[in-house]
Amino acid sequence: MRLSAADWQALTLSFQLAGVSTLLLLVLATPLAWWLARSASRWRSMVAAVVALPLVLPSSVLGFYLLILLGDSGPIGRLTDTLGVQRLPFSFEGLVLASVLYSLPFVVQPIVAAMEAISAESLDAAATLRAGPWARFFTLVLPLCWPGFVTAAVLGFAHTLGEFGVVLMIGGSLPGETRVAAIQLYEHVEALDYAHAHGLAAVLLTISFLVLWVVYVWRGRIAGLRGVGA
Amino acid sequence: MTGAPPVALGQGMRIQLHVSGTAAGSRPRLDVDLHLPGRGVTAIFGPSGAGKSTLLRAIAGLVPAQGTVVVGGRAWQTPQWQLPAHRRPIGYVFQQAALFPHLRVSGNLRYAAKRAGPEAPDWAEVVEQLELADLLERRPQTLSGGERQRVAIARALLIGPELLLMDEPLSALDADRREQLLPYLDRLRRELAIPILYVTHRRYEVGRLADDVVALNDGRAAGPEPVAAWLPAVSAGAEAPAVLIEAQIVEQDRSWGLARAVFDGGMFWVDGRHGRVGDRLRLQIQARDVSLSRDAQVRSSLLNRLPVTLESIGAGTGAADQLVCLRAGSARFLAQVTRRSVAELSLRPGDRLWAQIKAVAVLR
Repeated sequence: MRLSAADWQALTLSFQLAGVSTLLLLVLATPLAWWLARSASRWRSMVAAVVALPLVLPSSVLGFYLLILLGDSGPIGRLTDTLGVQRLPFSFEGLVLASVLYSLPFVVQPIVAAMEAISAESLDAAATLRAGPWARFFTLVLPLCWPGFVTAAVLGFAHTLGEFGVVLMIGGSLPGETRVAAIQLYEHVEALDYAHAHGLAAVLLTISFLVLWVVYVWRGRIAGLRGVGA
Repeated sequence: MTGAPPVALGQGMRIQLHVSGTAAGSRPRLDVDLHLPGRGVTAIFGPSGAGKSTLLRAIAGLVPAQGTVVVGGRAWQTPQWQLPAHRRPIGYVFQQAALFPHLRVSGNLRYAAKRAGPEAPDWAEVVEQLELADLLERRPQTLSGGERQRVAIARALLIGPELLLMDEPLSALDADRREQLLPYLDRLRRELAIPILYVTHRRYEVGRLADDVVALNDGRAAGPEPVAAWLPAVSAGAEAPAVLIEAQIVEQDRSWGLARAVFDGGMFWVDGRHGRVGDRLRLQIQARDVSLSRDAQVRSSLLNRLPVTLESIGAGTGAADQLVCLRAGSARFLAQVTRRSVAELSLRPGDRLWAQIKAVAVLR
């Protein structure tokens, strides 16, 4: 079982994509999760449903709409043309955008669950102890929710690593730009190159399993340490 | 000038607040206009759902409310403008303590000490006052309910508040633990210079702790009035009618272990351990512990007998009972007697009688 240079390039690209997307996701998901966990707005359920869509939607559907939206005649495509920046389809940046949408529920939901577990009285108590909104976030929300953030980051990373349909739709298969590991695997199979396909598939399987295993072991520990409600 | 506020704003509190109901057009959850004393314990008393917690939370700025809040000459809120909760100089003790679960007891206290105002009390003093020295390294989850409340109180004090708000701090505890925590609250009452607003639905806690009381019902407030004036009225229709008497110890009788406490209208013998000569006591006398006789000369084991004047006779708590209002000097008493006794003694307003008192509870 050997990996070719092209396989390594695809794996590296997958990790880059997953890393960048995860960082962006954490930044975006935190305020969104806070709103979902605390808001009493009547839009809450609708937004929650939209965020959860990628869980059930075939990723090709998401990819298709993104292609329309980002393409030549789509509103975002026209915007990027007007601004003179590069078009997003078939580019790494386009893949990042697609990954962020595609992995959003995997990052948002663990954070929401952790935030919902914070008692409203604790937050009120912090306010009566002169802690402003930012102080409350850093002294209370973050320390109480960090297991949720770690889970969110790991799931977001692993899920982005494994994405296929949405990449195929809007990324295509440009080596070094959009040909991620899952696409490379597909190309191997198309070419009936099962030897290389086995190598790459095994690597992806092993990484995904290890990452999830570590997280589950670690969450078990945390729950044990904290007694209840970790 | 007319219309001057009954409490000088420099010392007292003006709290005029309106919290609207949840549904549009519904009755307001709270609509009060209060002038509260700037010292001592003011109880906010009422049944559950009366809006007591809402009032406290609105004063703290934790729920949106329209109106004016002025404490000690400083405005916290006007109709145009308001301080957010984290800028109001309050200490808040929550029903369930609301300790931070990820911090030890010491961490919870430090959270307050780090953010304390200029009037912050000494750490060691507060730890001693609430006897927390042995708990500092513990996690909140490992504390008993009473210990948790002591930590919560210490945390609220360490911020150096100008007003202490306590929302039923005993209600999450069982009767034994309530009784264990009361001495701490009693000590707080005596030693703190700042005013305390104390929410409760228990008359007993009002009697033990409060100087004044505001009655809250359906979001509307009545008062404040002194506790001794409030209790007989509120208790007349209640389960266990009682009165409060403020008395002063004038003599210690060491040979019998008793103290003589006088009030305007008479005197009582109480257990000598309750205080020294000169101490002021608050005594509670239940209506069911008061019996009446027409004769002065009754040989009885009861120590406490008083000449009283009958003011009125009303309905009692049971079908066989009546509640008799009595006066001695400026003090009022209630006696629960059977209707048969009222008839046999042919009791009438204006009668001069002797009241025998079986039990005098020293509340503080």
